[in-house]
Amino acid sequence: MKHPGKMVPEVIKSLFKKPATTSYPKEKAMIPKNFRGKIKFDSQACIGCKICMRDCPAKAVQISPTDKEKVFKAKFYLDRCIYCAQCVDSCPRKALKSSSEFELAHYDREKLEEDQE
Amino acid sequence: MAEIKVPMGPQHPALKEPESFNLILEGERIVDAEVKLGYNHRGIEKACESRSYIQSLYLTERVCGICSHTHSTAFIQAVEEIAKVEVPPRGQFIRGIIGELERVHSHLLWLGVAGHEVGFDTLFMYAWRDRELVMDLLALLSGNRVNYGINTVGGVRRDIDSEQTQQALKTLEQLTARTEYYIKVVTEEPTFIGRLLGVGKLSKEDAELYGAVGPTARGSGVSRDTRKDDPYGVYQHIQFNVITDQHADVLGRSIVRVFELLESYKMLKEMFEKLPEGPIAVKVPRKIPAGEAVSRNEAPRGENIHYVRSNGSEIPERVKIRAATLANLPSIRHMLRGGYLADFPIVIAAIDPCFSCTDRAIKVVQGKKSEIMDWGQLREYGINWYKKHRGIDLSRHQ
Repeated sequence: MKHPGKMVPEVIKSLFKKPATTSYPKEKAMIPKNFRGKIKFDSQACIGCKICMRDCPAKAVQISPTDKEKVFKAKFYLDRCIYCAQCVDSCPRKALKSSSEFELAHYDREKLEEDQE
Repeated sequence: MAEIKVPMGPQHPALKEPESFNLILEGERIVDAEVKLGYNHRGIEKACESRSYIQSLYLTERVCGICSHTHSTAFIQAVEEIAKVEVPPRGQFIRGIIGELERVHSHLLWLGVAGHEVGFDTLFMYAWRDRELVMDLLALLSGNRVNYGINTVGGVRRDIDSEQTQQALKTLEQLTARTEYYIKVVTEEPTFIGRLLGVGKLSKEDAELYGAVGPTARGSGVSRDTRKDDPYGVYQHIQFNVITDQHADVLGRSIVRVFELLESYKMLKEMFEKLPEGPIAVKVPRKIPAGEAVSRNEAPRGENIHYVRSNGSEIPERVKIRAATLANLPSIRHMLRGGYLADFPIVIAAIDPCFSCTDRAIKVVQGKKSEIMDWGQLREYGINWYKKHRGIDLSRHQ
């Protein structure tokens, strides 16, 4: 029978290595290029077709007209948003974009409703 | 000896199938186990039927946190079959790449969980550390670590460029080296073998009888793999072997999983090399013509089945999901019978149900006395029992 302790060399090796963990709030995580973070709205490009509203699985986007003609504003319910970025894909004018912002946790749900104009 | 009934469960909300186990014990031996289903219903199927196809896709992706890609692939394959859409080859390859990477991360996760349940926490720590490599790779390719969101009706949403391919091939080298080490640990470490050998026996005949799928069936010597039996997507163009093992116990399932990792690396390398040029998706109209389709695919845990019926509108008329865990539950009863209470955590963990929410309590009722054990205590009990009765103490050899 072979001797137990197959992991011992690995453990000893790891003693001399840097920790595998990262000290997160100090050291920011790597954000991949096509990360799906908070959605950014560009009112210049929006034509108010509301396809994003129709495709959103979480009903987290709301596009509504403003006082000015043919200018629209967006409201994002970031507490409901599942960050799938389907609205970004659906938008025919590229008025919506994924940003790399991801630290959005909040104590108050109301504060996660964001108006963008 | 008097029989004691130990209820375990019933709520496991993280699972597609919340389950309750009533163990009937005679001393420390499990005489019988009752598996009860249907306590909690999340209503995902009904929710799909009130959302459009593109919205349902993200919902099915969230059926399970670990095999998210396989569920959305199964759903989308059914929808594409109804709509008679041909996914371009590049799209199929990218789907396959994400699917195999997901298998790699799921099997490494399982290896860690199995280590944890038998008290071998060192293995758990190192397996999960190395799992980060594949998680980062998934984030690089799809943009997220868990819900990849790569599928869309008619193809995939993100392309893979040559820089990402280079990075992926480099990570695969590292992962292969690490996996070869874990194969040594699983097949040679005497304490690990002593703890798993003969635990949760399921013979080949029984595995076929109870309809086990995935590594549970393959660990019993049943060569059953949807990728081979009913090739879909990229698997029509890729060569691979179905790994089986004759141990027919938890050790066999572990061996199948670690060797499957190597097979996945080989397939991934081939897929990255053969990645065809061309578009990644085709445009599909919002309204899917009337029809119905059943689609199967191989999740890391076994076969998923999705049934979709369309009535010609934007919204599916019926969606039915059967996840792999449900197919493996009948064999659980058989595997538990005749075993020890101390083996309960690892036998359940060996089919790899969604385990993130299994911190439930069990209640030992004996006459009027009753005692509550939570999952942590049960695990502790298993570790101590093996230390006392079999002299196997994994924490000593760490």
